[in-house]
Amino acid sequence: MSLASGHHPLATPAEQLRVLNSPTRAQQPFERALEASGLFPLTATGITVFQINVGKLCNQTCGHCHVDAGPDRREIMTHETAELCVRALAQTDIPTVDVTGGAPELNPNFRWLVTEARSLGRHVMDRCNLSVLLLPSQEDLAEFLAVYEVEVIASLPYYQEHETDAQRGEGVFAKSIEALRKLNALGYGQPDSPLKLNLVYNPVGAFLPPAQHAIEADFRRELARRHGVVFHSLYTITNMPISRFLEFLLRTGNYDRYMERLIGAYNATAAAGVMCRYTLSIGWDGTLYDCDFNQMLDLPVDHGLPRHVRDFRPELFRRRIVVGQHCYGCTAGAGSSCGGTTTAA
Amino acid sequence: MAGYYHAEDLPHFADVGKNAPELWQKFADWYGAVFAEGALTEREKSLIALAVAHAVQCPYCIDAYTQACLEKGSNLDQMTEAVHVASAIRGGASLVHAVQMRNAAAKVNM
Repeated sequence: MSLASGHHPLATPAEQLRVLNSPTRAQQPFERALEASGLFPLTATGITVFQINVGKLCNQTCGHCHVDAGPDRREIMTHETAELCVRALAQTDIPTVDVTGGAPELNPNFRWLVTEARSLGRHVMDRCNLSVLLLPSQEDLAEFLAVYEVEVIASLPYYQEHETDAQRGEGVFAKSIEALRKLNALGYGQPDSPLKLNLVYNPVGAFLPPAQHAIEADFRRELARRHGVVFHSLYTITNMPISRFLEFLLRTGNYDRYMERLIGAYNATAAAGVMCRYTLSIGWDGTLYDCDFNQMLDLPVDHGLPRHVRDFRPELFRRRIVVGQHCYGCTAGAGSSCGGTTTAA
Repeated sequence: MAGYYHAEDLPHFADVGKNAPELWQKFADWYGAVFAEGALTEREKSLIALAVAHAVQCPYCIDAYTQACLEKGSNLDQMTEAVHVASAIRGGASLVHAVQMRNAAAKVNM
Protein backbone atom coordinates (compact mmCIF):
# COMPACT_ATOMS: atom_id res chain seq x y z
CA MET A 1 0.00 0.00 0.00
CA SER A 2 1.24 3.49 -0.78
CA LEU A 3 1.90 6.06 1.94
CA ALA A 4 -0.94 8.09 0.43
CA SER A 5 -3.51 5.30 0.74
CA GLY A 6 -2.32 4.56 4.27
CA HIS A 7 -2.76 8.25 5.17
CA HIS A 8 0.83 8.28 6.42
CA PRO A 9 2.06 11.75 7.44
CA LEU A 10 5.04 11.35 5.08
CA ALA A 11 2.66 11.08 2.14
CA THR A 12 2.61 14.88 2.10
CA PRO A 13 5.55 16.82 0.63
CA ALA A 14 5.19 19.33 3.49
CA GLU A 15 5.94 16.68 6.10
CA GLN A 16 8.89 15.34 4.11
CA LEU A 17 10.33 18.83 3.80
CA ARG A 18 9.75 19.42 7.51
CA VAL A 19 11.88 16.36 8.31
CA LEU A 20 14.56 17.28 5.77
CA ASN A 21 14.76 20.88 7.02
CA SER A 22 14.45 20.05 10.70
CA PRO A 23 16.65 22.47 12.67
CA THR A 24 17.40 19.77 15.23
CA ARG A 25 19.50 17.93 12.70
CA ALA A 26 22.98 19.38 12.27
CA GLN A 27 23.25 19.55 8.53
CA GLN A 28 24.94 22.07 6.31
CA PRO A 29 22.32 23.63 4.01
CA PHE A 30 22.74 22.35 0.46
CA GLU A 31 22.98 25.92 -0.83
CA ARG A 32 26.07 26.39 1.38
CA ALA A 33 27.72 23.33 -0.16
CA LEU A 34 26.98 24.72 -3.64
CA GLU A 35 28.40 28.10 -2.63
CA ALA A 36 31.63 26.50 -1.46
CA SER A 37 31.86 24.78 -4.86
CA GLY A 38 31.21 28.00 -6.79
CA LEU A 39 27.92 26.57 -8.07
CA PHE A 40 25.39 28.79 -6.28
CA PRO A 41 22.90 29.67 -7.60
CA LEU A 42 22.63 26.45 -9.55
CA THR A 43 21.46 27.10 -13.10
CA ALA A 44 20.39 24.99 -16.05
CA THR A 45 22.83 24.75 -18.92
CA GLY A 46 20.04 23.99 -21.39
CA ILE A 47 17.47 21.24 -21.78
CA THR A 48 18.46 18.04 -23.53
CA VAL A 49 16.02 15.77 -21.67
CA PHE A 50 12.25 16.41 -21.61
CA GLN A 51 11.19 14.12 -18.79
CA ILE A 52 7.47 13.43 -18.59
CA ASN A 53 6.09 11.74 -15.51
CA VAL A 54 2.77 10.39 -16.72
CA GLY A 55 1.54 9.48 -13.26
CA LYS A 56 1.73 7.51 -10.07
CA LEU A 57 -0.13 4.39 -11.17
CA CYS A 58 2.09 1.32 -10.99
CA ASN A 59 1.64 -2.45 -10.79
CA GLN A 60 4.34 -2.62 -8.09
CA THR A 61 4.76 -0.97 -4.68
CA CYS A 62 8.52 -0.81 -4.20
CA GLY A 63 9.87 -0.06 -0.74
CA HIS A 64 12.14 2.77 -1.86
CA CYS A 65 9.83 4.48 -4.40
CA HIS A 66 10.28 8.25 -4.41
CA VAL A 67 6.97 8.63 -6.25
CA ASP A 68 4.94 6.65 -3.68
CA ALA A 69 3.52 4.91 -6.72
CA GLY A 70 1.32 1.84 -6.67
CA PRO A 71 -1.80 0.11 -7.97
CA ASP A 72 -3.85 2.26 -5.58
CA ARG A 73 -2.73 5.58 -7.08
CA ARG A 74 -5.01 7.21 -9.62
CA GLU A 75 -3.14 10.41 -10.50
CA ILE A 76 -2.26 10.02 -14.18
CA MET A 77 -1.71 12.40 -17.08
CA THR A 78 -4.76 13.08 -19.25
CA HIS A 79 -4.70 13.10 -23.03
CA GLU A 80 -5.17 16.87 -22.96
CA THR A 81 -2.05 17.37 -20.84
CA ALA A 82 -0.11 14.88 -22.97
CA GLU A 83 -1.06 16.99 -26.01
CA LEU A 84 0.29 20.10 -24.24
CA CYS A 85 3.56 18.24 -23.64
CA VAL A 86 3.86 17.33 -27.32
CA ARG A 87 3.01 20.92 -28.33
CA ALA A 88 5.75 22.27 -26.03
CA LEU A 89 8.21 19.67 -27.27
CA ALA A 90 7.50 20.56 -30.90
CA GLN A 91 8.57 24.18 -30.19
CA THR A 92 12.04 22.95 -29.28
CA ASP A 93 14.84 20.80 -30.57
CA ILE A 94 15.21 18.90 -27.27
CA PRO A 95 16.59 15.56 -28.48
CA THR A 96 15.39 13.17 -25.79
CA VAL A 97 12.02 12.42 -24.25
CA ASP A 98 12.24 10.43 -21.01
CA VAL A 99 8.90 8.90 -20.01
CA THR A 100 8.55 7.84 -16.41
CA GLY A 101 5.97 7.13 -13.71
CA GLY A 102 4.76 4.98 -11.83
CA ALA A 103 4.69 2.40 -14.54
CA PRO A 104 4.34 4.85 -17.44
CA GLU A 105 3.08 2.15 -19.78
CA LEU A 106 -0.12 1.81 -17.73
CA ASN A 107 -1.19 5.31 -18.68
CA PRO A 108 -3.63 4.89 -21.62
CA ASN A 109 -1.90 7.83 -23.35
CA PHE A 110 1.59 6.30 -23.15
CA ARG A 111 1.66 4.83 -26.64
CA TRP A 112 0.19 7.98 -28.17
CA LEU A 113 2.87 10.05 -26.45
CA VAL A 114 5.63 7.75 -27.68
CA THR A 115 4.43 7.75 -31.30
CA GLU A 116 4.07 11.57 -31.29
CA ALA A 117 7.54 12.09 -29.83
CA ARG A 118 9.02 9.65 -32.33
CA SER A 119 7.22 11.36 -35.22
CA LEU A 120 8.90 14.58 -34.09
CA GLY A 121 12.20 12.73 -34.52
CA ARG A 122 13.01 12.59 -30.81
CA HIS A 123 14.76 9.77 -29.03
CA VAL A 124 12.38 8.20 -26.47
CA MET A 125 13.31 6.45 -23.25
CA ASP A 126 10.86 4.35 -21.25
CA ARG A 127 11.59 3.89 -17.53
CA CYS A 128 10.24 0.39 -17.24
CA ASN A 129 9.77 -1.76 -14.13
CA LEU A 130 9.99 -4.90 -16.35
CA SER A 131 7.12 -6.80 -14.68
CA VAL A 132 4.67 -4.53 -16.53
CA LEU A 133 5.72 -6.29 -19.75
CA LEU A 134 4.11 -9.50 -18.46
CA LEU A 135 0.71 -8.07 -17.61
CA PRO A 136 -2.06 -9.57 -19.78
CA SER A 137 -3.13 -6.04 -20.78
CA GLN A 138 0.42 -5.29 -21.98
CA GLU A 139 1.07 -8.46 -23.97
CA ASP A 140 2.18 -6.49 -27.06
CA LEU A 141 4.06 -3.78 -25.16
CA ALA A 142 7.57 -5.13 -25.78
CA GLU A 143 6.88 -5.37 -29.53
CA PHE A 144 5.48 -1.83 -29.51
CA LEU A 145 8.63 -0.51 -27.84
CA ALA A 146 10.79 -2.36 -30.36
CA VAL A 147 8.85 -1.09 -33.39
CA TYR A 148 9.30 2.51 -32.22
CA GLU A 149 12.92 1.87 -31.17
CA VAL A 150 12.22 3.10 -27.67
CA GLU A 151 15.20 2.85 -25.34
CA VAL A 152 14.27 0.74 -22.32
CA ILE A 153 15.69 1.83 -18.97
CA ALA A 154 14.83 -1.07 -16.71
CA SER A 155 14.94 -1.13 -12.92
CA LEU A 156 16.76 -4.09 -11.43
CA PRO A 157 18.34 -3.31 -8.06
CA TYR A 158 20.42 -6.49 -7.87
CA TYR A 159 21.32 -9.58 -9.85
CA GLN A 160 19.96 -11.86 -7.13
CA GLU A 161 16.39 -12.68 -6.20
CA HIS A 162 16.61 -12.06 -2.46
CA GLU A 163 17.80 -8.46 -2.68
CA THR A 164 15.53 -7.53 -5.57
CA ASP A 165 12.39 -8.99 -4.01
CA ALA A 166 13.20 -7.39 -0.65
CA GLN A 167 12.89 -3.99 -2.29
CA ARG A 168 10.41 -4.50 -5.10
CA GLY A 169 8.10 -7.23 -3.80
CA GLU A 170 7.96 -11.01 -3.75
CA GLY A 171 8.25 -12.60 -7.16
CA VAL A 172 9.42 -9.43 -8.90
CA PHE A 173 12.91 -10.76 -9.65
CA ALA A 174 11.59 -13.82 -11.48
CA LYS A 175 9.22 -11.64 -13.50
CA SER A 176 12.01 -9.19 -14.25
CA ILE A 177 14.20 -11.97 -15.63
CA GLU A 178 11.33 -13.27 -17.77
CA ALA A 179 10.74 -9.75 -19.09
CA LEU A 180 14.44 -9.24 -19.81
CA ARG A 181 14.48 -12.48 -21.78
CA LYS A 182 11.47 -11.26 -23.75
CA LEU A 183 13.30 -8.02 -24.55
CA ASN A 184 16.49 -9.88 -25.44
CA ALA A 185 14.51 -12.10 -27.83
CA LEU A 186 13.34 -8.96 -29.65
CA GLY A 187 16.93 -7.78 -30.00
CA TYR A 188 17.03 -5.50 -26.97
CA GLY A 189 20.39 -5.46 -25.24
CA GLN A 190 22.12 -7.53 -27.91
CA PRO A 191 25.59 -6.40 -29.00
CA ASP A 192 25.39 -3.78 -31.78
CA SER A 193 21.58 -3.77 -31.63
CA PRO A 194 19.92 -0.37 -32.03
CA LEU A 195 17.37 -1.50 -29.43
CA LYS A 196 18.97 -0.13 -26.29
CA LEU A 197 18.40 -1.92 -23.02
CA ASN A 198 19.99 -0.29 -19.99
CA LEU A 199 19.56 -1.38 -16.40
CA VAL A 200 19.26 0.73 -13.27
CA TYR A 201 20.85 -0.38 -10.00
CA ASN A 202 19.91 1.25 -6.74
CA PRO A 203 21.04 0.14 -3.28
CA VAL A 204 18.74 -2.21 -1.41
CA GLY A 205 19.16 -0.31 1.83
CA ALA A 206 20.66 2.72 3.53
CA PHE A 207 24.00 2.85 1.76
CA LEU A 208 25.54 4.45 -1.30
CA PRO A 209 25.83 2.68 -4.65
CA PRO A 210 29.08 0.98 -5.66
CA ALA A 211 31.31 2.19 -8.47
CA GLN A 212 29.17 2.00 -11.60
CA HIS A 213 31.76 0.19 -13.72
CA ALA A 214 32.35 -2.43 -11.02
CA ILE A 215 28.71 -3.33 -10.39
CA GLU A 216 27.98 -3.23 -14.12
CA ALA A 217 30.64 -5.90 -14.63
CA ASP A 218 29.03 -8.02 -11.88
CA PHE A 219 25.57 -7.69 -13.40
CA ARG A 220 26.87 -8.51 -16.87
CA ARG A 221 28.68 -11.63 -15.66
CA GLU A 222 26.01 -12.91 -13.28
CA LEU A 223 22.94 -12.21 -15.44
CA ALA A 224 24.60 -13.93 -18.38
CA ARG A 225 25.85 -16.88 -16.34
CA ARG A 226 22.71 -17.48 -14.29
CA HIS A 227 19.97 -16.38 -16.66
CA GLY A 228 21.40 -15.88 -20.14
CA VAL A 229 20.36 -12.22 -20.04
CA VAL A 230 22.31 -9.46 -21.82
CA PHE A 231 22.07 -5.67 -21.65
CA HIS A 232 23.98 -2.63 -22.83
CA SER A 233 24.80 -0.44 -19.81
CA LEU A 234 24.00 -0.25 -16.14
CA TYR A 235 23.33 3.02 -14.31
CA THR A 236 23.72 3.40 -10.57
CA ILE A 237 21.24 5.64 -8.77
CA THR A 238 21.39 6.76 -5.14
CA ASN A 239 18.23 6.36 -3.08
CA MET A 240 16.72 9.77 -2.38
CA PRO A 241 15.79 10.55 1.23
CA ILE A 242 12.19 11.33 0.30
CA SER A 243 8.82 9.58 0.25
CA ARG A 244 8.92 5.82 0.93
CA PHE A 245 12.69 5.66 1.33
CA LEU A 246 12.52 8.50 3.85
CA GLU A 247 9.85 6.55 5.72
CA PHE A 248 12.15 3.50 5.70
CA LEU A 249 15.09 5.59 6.98
CA LEU A 250 13.07 7.04 9.84
CA ARG A 251 11.32 3.78 10.75
CA THR A 252 14.61 1.88 10.95
CA GLY A 253 16.63 4.58 12.73
CA ASN A 254 18.90 5.07 9.72
CA TYR A 255 17.95 8.63 8.80
CA ASP A 256 20.67 10.61 10.57
CA ARG A 257 23.46 8.31 9.54
CA TYR A 258 22.29 8.18 5.92
CA MET A 259 22.09 11.98 5.70
CA GLU A 260 25.54 12.27 7.28
CA ARG A 261 26.79 9.79 4.68
CA LEU A 262 25.28 11.78 1.80
CA ILE A 263 26.54 15.11 3.13
CA GLY A 264 29.98 13.74 3.99
CA ALA A 265 30.28 12.35 0.47
CA TYR A 266 29.34 15.67 -1.23
CA ASN A 267 31.35 15.91 -4.44
CA ALA A 268 31.62 19.26 -6.23
CA THR A 269 32.33 17.54 -9.56
CA ALA A 270 29.19 15.44 -9.17
CA ALA A 271 27.24 18.58 -8.27
CA ALA A 272 28.38 20.32 -11.45
CA GLY A 273 26.91 17.48 -13.52
CA VAL A 274 23.53 16.99 -11.85
CA MET A 275 20.67 16.15 -14.19
CA CYS A 276 18.47 19.13 -13.30
CA ARG A 277 20.96 21.27 -15.22
CA TYR A 278 19.92 19.65 -18.50
CA THR A 279 16.46 18.22 -17.72
CA LEU A 280 12.96 19.67 -17.56
CA SER A 281 10.53 17.53 -15.59
CA ILE A 282 6.80 17.63 -16.29
CA GLY A 283 4.31 16.31 -13.75
CA TRP A 284 1.19 14.28 -14.50
CA ASP A 285 -0.90 17.47 -14.24
CA GLY A 286 1.43 19.48 -16.49
CA THR A 287 3.31 21.32 -13.74
CA LEU A 288 6.97 22.02 -14.51
CA TYR A 289 9.82 20.99 -12.20
CA ASP A 290 13.60 20.93 -12.25
CA CYS A 291 13.63 17.18 -11.62
CA ASP A 292 11.43 14.23 -10.71
CA PHE A 293 12.45 14.50 -7.04
CA ASN A 294 11.44 18.15 -6.80
CA GLN A 295 8.21 17.05 -8.45
CA MET A 296 7.49 14.62 -5.61
CA LEU A 297 8.30 17.31 -3.03
CA ASP A 298 5.93 19.71 -4.77
CA LEU A 299 8.75 22.17 -5.55
CA PRO A 300 7.95 23.51 -9.04
CA VAL A 301 10.25 25.71 -11.11
CA ASP A 302 10.52 29.12 -9.51
CA HIS A 303 12.01 32.55 -9.94
CA GLY A 304 9.22 33.97 -12.09
CA LEU A 305 9.18 31.21 -14.68
CA PRO A 306 6.04 29.64 -16.10
CA ARG A 307 4.92 26.71 -13.99
CA HIS A 308 2.77 24.80 -16.43
CA VAL A 309 3.62 23.09 -19.69
CA ARG A 310 0.87 25.03 -21.48
CA ASP A 311 2.98 28.17 -20.82
CA PHE A 312 6.29 26.62 -21.93
CA ARG A 313 8.80 29.30 -22.90
CA PRO A 314 12.46 29.25 -24.00
CA GLU A 315 13.51 31.04 -20.78
CA LEU A 316 13.15 27.67 -19.08
CA PHE A 317 16.32 26.52 -20.84
CA ARG A 318 18.51 28.78 -18.67
CA ARG A 319 16.53 28.79 -15.46
CA ARG A 320 17.70 28.94 -11.89
CA ILE A 321 17.15 25.59 -10.18
CA VAL A 322 15.23 25.03 -6.96
CA VAL A 323 17.35 23.07 -4.47
CA GLY A 324 16.95 21.56 -0.99
CA GLN A 325 18.51 19.11 1.45
CA HIS A 326 17.35 16.14 -0.63
CA CYS A 327 19.72 17.32 -3.38
CA TYR A 328 22.61 15.80 -1.42
CA GLY A 329 21.33 12.51 -2.83
CA CYS A 330 22.46 13.50 -6.32
CA THR A 331 25.83 14.92 -5.31
CA ALA A 332 27.20 12.15 -3.08
CA GLY A 333 30.18 10.13 -4.22
CA ALA A 334 30.26 9.70 -7.97
CA GLY A 335 26.91 11.51 -8.22
CA SER A 336 23.51 10.20 -9.20
CA SER A 337 21.05 10.90 -11.98
CA CYS A 338 18.51 9.11 -14.15
CA GLY A 339 21.51 8.36 -16.39
CA GLY A 340 23.69 7.04 -13.59
CA THR A 341 26.75 8.73 -12.13
CA THR A 342 27.32 12.38 -12.89
CA THR A 343 31.10 12.10 -12.96
CA ALA A 344 33.28 10.25 -15.42
CA ALA A 345 33.53 6.60 -14.41
CA MET B 1 32.17 5.77 31.74
CA ALA B 2 28.82 4.14 31.01
CA GLY B 3 30.23 1.41 28.79
CA TYR B 4 32.31 0.53 25.78
CA TYR B 5 31.80 0.27 22.04
CA HIS B 6 29.15 2.88 21.21
CA ALA B 7 28.30 3.14 17.51
CA GLU B 8 28.21 6.93 17.77
CA ASP B 9 31.90 6.89 18.79
CA LEU B 10 33.02 5.65 15.38
CA PRO B 11 32.84 9.09 13.67
CA HIS B 12 35.19 10.35 16.41
CA PHE B 13 38.00 8.01 15.37
CA ALA B 14 39.95 10.96 13.96
CA ASP B 15 39.93 12.62 17.40
CA VAL B 16 42.74 10.22 18.24
CA GLY B 17 44.86 12.47 16.02
CA LYS B 18 44.48 15.42 18.42
CA ASN B 19 47.38 13.95 20.32
CA ALA B 20 50.37 12.82 18.22
CA PRO B 21 48.94 14.40 15.04
CA GLU B 22 51.98 13.47 12.94
CA LEU B 23 51.58 9.81 13.79
CA TRP B 24 47.85 10.04 13.03
CA GLN B 25 48.56 11.63 9.66
CA LYS B 26 51.01 8.88 8.76
CA PHE B 27 48.40 6.29 9.74
CA ALA B 28 45.65 8.06 7.79
CA ASP B 29 47.76 8.35 4.64
CA TRP B 30 48.87 4.75 4.86
CA TYR B 31 45.33 3.53 5.59
CA GLY B 32 43.97 5.42 2.59
CA ALA B 33 46.67 4.04 0.32
CA VAL B 34 46.07 0.49 1.54
CA PHE B 35 42.39 0.61 0.57
CA ALA B 36 42.85 2.29 -2.80
CA GLU B 37 42.36 0.12 -5.86
CA GLY B 38 45.59 -1.64 -6.76
CA ALA B 39 46.41 -5.24 -7.58
CA LEU B 40 43.25 -5.97 -5.60
CA THR B 41 39.96 -4.17 -6.20
CA GLU B 42 38.43 -1.92 -3.54
CA ARG B 43 35.71 -4.51 -3.12
CA GLU B 44 38.17 -7.35 -2.52
CA LYS B 45 40.00 -5.22 0.04
CA SER B 46 36.74 -4.41 1.82
CA LEU B 47 35.87 -8.12 2.02
CA ILE B 48 39.32 -8.88 3.47
CA ALA B 49 38.84 -6.04 5.97
CA LEU B 50 35.44 -7.41 6.95
CA ALA B 51 36.90 -10.86 7.52
CA VAL B 52 39.81 -9.49 9.56
CA ALA B 53 37.39 -7.31 11.55
CA HIS B 54 35.66 -10.50 12.67
CA ALA B 55 38.96 -12.22 13.43
CA VAL B 56 40.06 -9.33 15.66
CA GLN B 57 36.46 -8.90 16.85
CA CYS B 58 36.36 -5.13 16.41
CA PRO B 59 32.72 -3.93 16.46
CA TYR B 60 33.68 -0.57 14.94
CA CYS B 61 35.41 -2.30 12.04
CA ILE B 62 32.53 -4.76 11.56
CA ASP B 63 30.08 -1.83 11.36
CA ALA B 64 32.28 0.20 9.02
CA TYR B 65 33.20 -2.66 6.69
CA THR B 66 29.70 -4.11 6.51
CA GLN B 67 28.65 -0.71 5.14
CA ALA B 68 31.74 -0.54 2.94
CA CYS B 69 31.18 -4.02 1.49
CA LEU B 70 27.56 -3.16 0.62
CA GLU B 71 28.70 0.10 -0.94
CA LYS B 72 31.21 -1.82 -3.05
CA GLY B 73 28.43 -4.05 -4.39
CA SER B 74 29.01 -7.15 -2.28
CA ASN B 75 26.03 -9.13 -1.06
CA LEU B 76 25.36 -10.97 2.18
CA ASP B 77 26.27 -14.34 0.65
CA GLN B 78 29.73 -13.06 -0.25
CA MET B 79 30.19 -11.27 3.06
CA THR B 80 29.14 -14.36 5.02
CA GLU B 81 31.63 -16.50 3.10
CA ALA B 82 34.36 -13.96 3.89
CA VAL B 83 33.56 -14.23 7.61
CA HIS B 84 33.67 -18.03 7.33
CA VAL B 85 37.16 -17.75 5.84
CA ALA B 86 38.29 -15.70 8.85
CA SER B 87 36.56 -18.11 11.22
CA ALA B 88 38.08 -21.14 9.51
CA ILE B 89 41.55 -19.68 9.90
CA ARG B 90 40.88 -18.86 13.55
CA GLY B 91 39.52 -22.37 14.16
CA GLY B 92 42.26 -23.98 12.13
CA ALA B 93 44.89 -22.00 13.99
CA SER B 94 43.65 -23.55 17.24
CA LEU B 95 43.33 -26.99 15.81
CA VAL B 96 46.75 -27.05 14.17
CA HIS B 97 48.24 -26.63 17.64
CA ALA B 98 47.01 -30.15 18.29
CA VAL B 99 50.19 -31.17 16.50
CA GLN B 100 52.10 -29.55 19.38
CA MET B 101 49.90 -31.47 21.78
CA ARG B 102 50.58 -34.68 19.96
CA ASN B 103 54.32 -34.00 19.90
CA ALA B 104 54.33 -33.18 23.61
CA ALA B 105 52.27 -36.25 24.43
CA ALA B 106 54.46 -38.47 22.25
CA LYS B 107 57.50 -37.28 24.12
CA VAL B 108 56.20 -38.26 27.56
CA ASN B 109 54.00 -41.20 26.70
CA MET B 110 55.36 -44.69 26.72
